[in-house]
Amino acid sequence: MADEVNAITLVEAVTQALAYALENDPEVVLFGQDIGANGGVFRATDGLQKRFGPARVLDTPLAENMISGIAVGMATQGLRPIAEFQFMGFIYPGLDHILSHAARMRNRTRGRLSCPIVYRAPYGGGIHAPEHHSESTEAIFAHIPGLRVVVPSSPARAYGLLLAAIRDPDPVLFLEPKRIYRAAKQPVPDDGEALPLDRAFVLREGSDLTLIAWGASVKEALAAAELLSTEGVEAEVIDPATLKPLDIHSIIDSLEKTRRCVVVHEAARFGGLGAEITAQIQEYAFDLLEAPVQRVTGYDTVMPYYQLENVYLPGVERILSGARAALGYARGGQR
Amino acid sequence: MHKPRLQLQASFDIAWLQYLDQQGRATQALPEFASPDWLTHCYSQMQLARQVDDRAVKLQRTGRLGTYPSSLGQEAIGVAVGNALMPEDIYCPYYRETGAFLERGVLIEEILANWGGDERGQNYQHAPKDLPICIPIATQALHAAGVAFALKYRHQQQGIPQQVAVTTSGDGASSKGDFYEAMNLAGVWKLPLVFVVNNNQWAISVPRTAQTATQTIAQKAIAAGIPALQVDGNDVIAVAWAVRDAIARARAGEGPALIEALSYRLCDHTTADDAGRYRSEKELDEAWQREPVRRLDRYLRSEGLWSDARQQDLDRELAQVMETALNNWESRAPEPATAIFDHLYAQLPEGLYEQYDQLRDEQARGAQS
Repeated sequence: MADEVNAITLVEAVTQALAYALENDPEVVLFGQDIGANGGVFRATDGLQKRFGPARVLDTPLAENMISGIAVGMATQGLRPIAEFQFMGFIYPGLDHILSHAARMRNRTRGRLSCPIVYRAPYGGGIHAPEHHSESTEAIFAHIPGLRVVVPSSPARAYGLLLAAIRDPDPVLFLEPKRIYRAAKQPVPDDGEALPLDRAFVLREGSDLTLIAWGASVKEALAAAELLSTEGVEAEVIDPATLKPLDIHSIIDSLEKTRRCVVVHEAARFGGLGAEITAQIQEYAFDLLEAPVQRVTGYDTVMPYYQLENVYLPGVERILSGARAALGYARGGQR
Repeated sequence: MHKPRLQLQASFDIAWLQYLDQQGRATQALPEFASPDWLTHCYSQMQLARQVDDRAVKLQRTGRLGTYPSSLGQEAIGVAVGNALMPEDIYCPYYRETGAFLERGVLIEEILANWGGDERGQNYQHAPKDLPICIPIATQALHAAGVAFALKYRHQQQGIPQQVAVTTSGDGASSKGDFYEAMNLAGVWKLPLVFVVNNNQWAISVPRTAQTATQTIAQKAIAAGIPALQVDGNDVIAVAWAVRDAIARARAGEGPALIEALSYRLCDHTTADDAGRYRSEKELDEAWQREPVRRLDRYLRSEGLWSDARQQDLDRELAQVMETALNNWESRAPEPATAIFDHLYAQLPEGLYEQYDQLRDEQARGAQS
């Protein structure tokens, strides 16, 4: 059977998951800007309006705050709204509803009402987009109690995690790394099988170093691990996938073996999730560490226009530098 | 200077509706729904709302309630709106709507619990799908649009009768993007949604004239392509007619409407406010001449529907209702501290077990010491 499954890209896996949800749950509705006839600017909703009709796949007027707000109202009445923001950089007008309402409706009504919403957005840099189109500000949302923040890094995880997000009874911010929307293909059976939320995925096993990365940066982390392997260093690569709530246990389990850790993200460093992961490792696994946790991140600058975006984005070389810094400490933490 | 010849492209009117003038005299024949029973019911509920507000303010003054927003002077709007909804319709309120909450079946003890710092106060027993009180300004208008979409979707997909959503806000809310965005979407998607702006003239200290340059708030609906009406918000019959009419049209699939109800906040913005800092005694005295409860009292008495004896009966009855509610509120066991985790997510994520246990252990130690 498996060889009958077509290999698809990450963005096609998103479409496949959305179609499965629309097909199998009449409470699911999809809306956003340009998602109907146009199929979304990245074609993530390609063909869905034609297949499921304009009552379930809706183009909205152009107002991001409205998109995030109506999702709250829909969800309180038992629908399962999936709202698309065209780019993560355009979510900010909608922050009020995500942070002030979606994240706390269940708590505010002591469980009477809830917000099973999926807010989807392409995120991250690397596609030569205009200003404000390359944001990677997941830490803003991860900071908010009541939200889930999920980032897939492969077609199979995009399909499985998106289905899980749609079925989750609480609001999920689902960030799609657009730099790898079409970077690789993988057979993804359209079987409706969800992958677990709140669980990290170990993408490569290793004993010498733990590399933690999510979204598009997973690609560079895996490439760096292969290069390190040629030098005799086996890196374990972990994709947390759900950034909030974070599965710190899988990370600590890895550190039991490797005792050294590099956290990679393209978001700015200050207050980024690398800081949170580093702090938790320090709290829970200080005794395990042979070296300080290294952060390989975007700079604390505005994400530059595309001529300089590769200067900003952490690439394989910068990850290797971070790895070598961690490896440069002898046993016992002495450099 | 050249002046081009211009042609009229669009024009609009805003109508005004009133049945009772400020002396309580009928200015036109009353609608059929305004039966003696309906009128005395509204009167009783307006009196009850006033008593709930009055008691809540006193409880705040004695430190037993947190900040409280009274609806003194606006009781006609709340009661008319709440009364016009069917139980299965959905109400998406702002925070100054005691009369509407009571009509929707929200318990007085729930209102007191909410402002007394107990989040169970928004877990309405008798209005299980209504939205909770919304504190950020105008955001509830967009939630209402989403609610109205859900109701229309259910109607179309599952063939169940068309329910409607009603959302209320103050005049200050009409300055926010949320308000425009909700009206705009409701117009485009023809949602079964009624917007009621409770124009009490003041957004905390900022008067209506400093809030918007428009002649009316009702005309803001014109920009969204939806019908609008301005009513005397101190006239419960006028508000009720407008809301009932708008709901009937929404239920029939004719889309949204905006009602601007002109009233006046006779109290401070909240118990944390001092309206004496920004508005004159003269303006307040004049507003008291127009207030809704005495107006209806005068009308009922002129029609032989009310008397001192009936008022005394009502006073006794409402005092009893208040005492029962206060007892219920005060006798309720406090929430356990761990409740702050209980409804954060449907299921507590594993990553939060440690914090949950920490709080539970702190509480246990506190109980021992």
